[in-house]
Amino acid sequence: MEMRAPLKNVRGLGSAKEGTSHWWHQKITAIAMIPLFLIALGCVISLVGAEYDHVRNVLGQPFISLVMLLLIATTFYHLKLGLQVVIEDYIHTESTKVFLLLLNSFLCAAVGLGAALAVLKLALGG
Amino acid sequence: MVELTLPKNSKVGTGKTHPKPEGATNLKTFNVYRWSPDDNQNPTIDTYYVDLDTCGPMILDGLIKIKNEIDPTLTFRRSCREGICGSCAMNIGGTNTLACTTGMDEIDGDINIYPLPHQPVVKDLVPDLTNFYAQYASIKPWLQAETPSPSKERLQSKEDREKLDGLYECILCACCSTSCPSYWWNSDRFLGPAILLQAYRWIIDSRDEHTGERLDNLEDPFRLYRCHTIMNCTNTCPKGLNPAKAIAEIKKMMVERR
Repeated sequence: MEMRAPLKNVRGLGSAKEGTSHWWHQKITAIAMIPLFLIALGCVISLVGAEYDHVRNVLGQPFISLVMLLLIATTFYHLKLGLQVVIEDYIHTESTKVFLLLLNSFLCAAVGLGAALAVLKLALGG
Repeated sequence: MVELTLPKNSKVGTGKTHPKPEGATNLKTFNVYRWSPDDNQNPTIDTYYVDLDTCGPMILDGLIKIKNEIDPTLTFRRSCREGICGSCAMNIGGTNTLACTTGMDEIDGDINIYPLPHQPVVKDLVPDLTNFYAQYASIKPWLQAETPSPSKERLQSKEDREKLDGLYECILCACCSTSCPSYWWNSDRFLGPAILLQAYRWIIDSRDEHTGERLDNLEDPFRLYRCHTIMNCTNTCPKGLNPAKAIAEIKKMMVERR
């Protein structure tokens, strides 16, 4: 190692020429979640103490289920992007890092799709 | 690499307490990090008492007095003593700053001095900044243009020159970079605030024509995007500059050119 010039280490494998999309998508999803979350929160609060069938009905309405689907998509995409950064920041053992990055992608996709499926079931009846 | 506890061989112990100067009434206590590569010992904190009645007002004055009168083995970098060379950057009272421009009266109680955080230590308060300087070289900090050199200087409008204000003043003391947690964990790949501010200084120079190549070189999940706007850099800069803003401007340009 010590026989290498420091610049060799710094230049490394070169610039990946990416990262901007990741950063930009994180910002966009963060902004999108503000109105979506407020609507969803309002909806959930208004349903506190309501009958089961009424809740099913409200969540199945086109507008509400659309908001819920968008919220689920942005939240889990945002979660995946954010956790990826945390893993890259803190985990420096290559094998552990790759494993956690894969786990992150798969879990976010699975839980997100599961949540979306629940909303779709209410919206489309089933 | 994240290190929540210090490695075994870098746990800091209690060191030597040097005697108080005789007859002095106006004393200030200095607790200084000491480590030498020669004796295979862990670092220690040595305590010195400085007579303020016979000492200049700055932290650096105190350190020089200690080295001259109490302990000649104390090692630190210093040169200009007026905040323009960046040599005496160190961690004083928990903040990275320049010893020469920080007054002793700015610190309440004892003055605790450590080297810049999370860099290899050469000796005492001298950090090894080899990687930092190599990172500076990697951004090609010189004017690059395709237009042949004019017979006289390359002209720049007053407005374009003003864009360099708040950037050209950077003295590369490394206070900001070594205060940045992202730089602590990933300095092998993240360029850090000082180098990114310098990169931006050339990116927005109206005479430089390699703007695109410079942005290409930075567009990387680690080189640029490890900045999570923690803002320690801007908080700590002893020259009052704003590296976080420079980095934000680079990120905006990355989106703009898509």
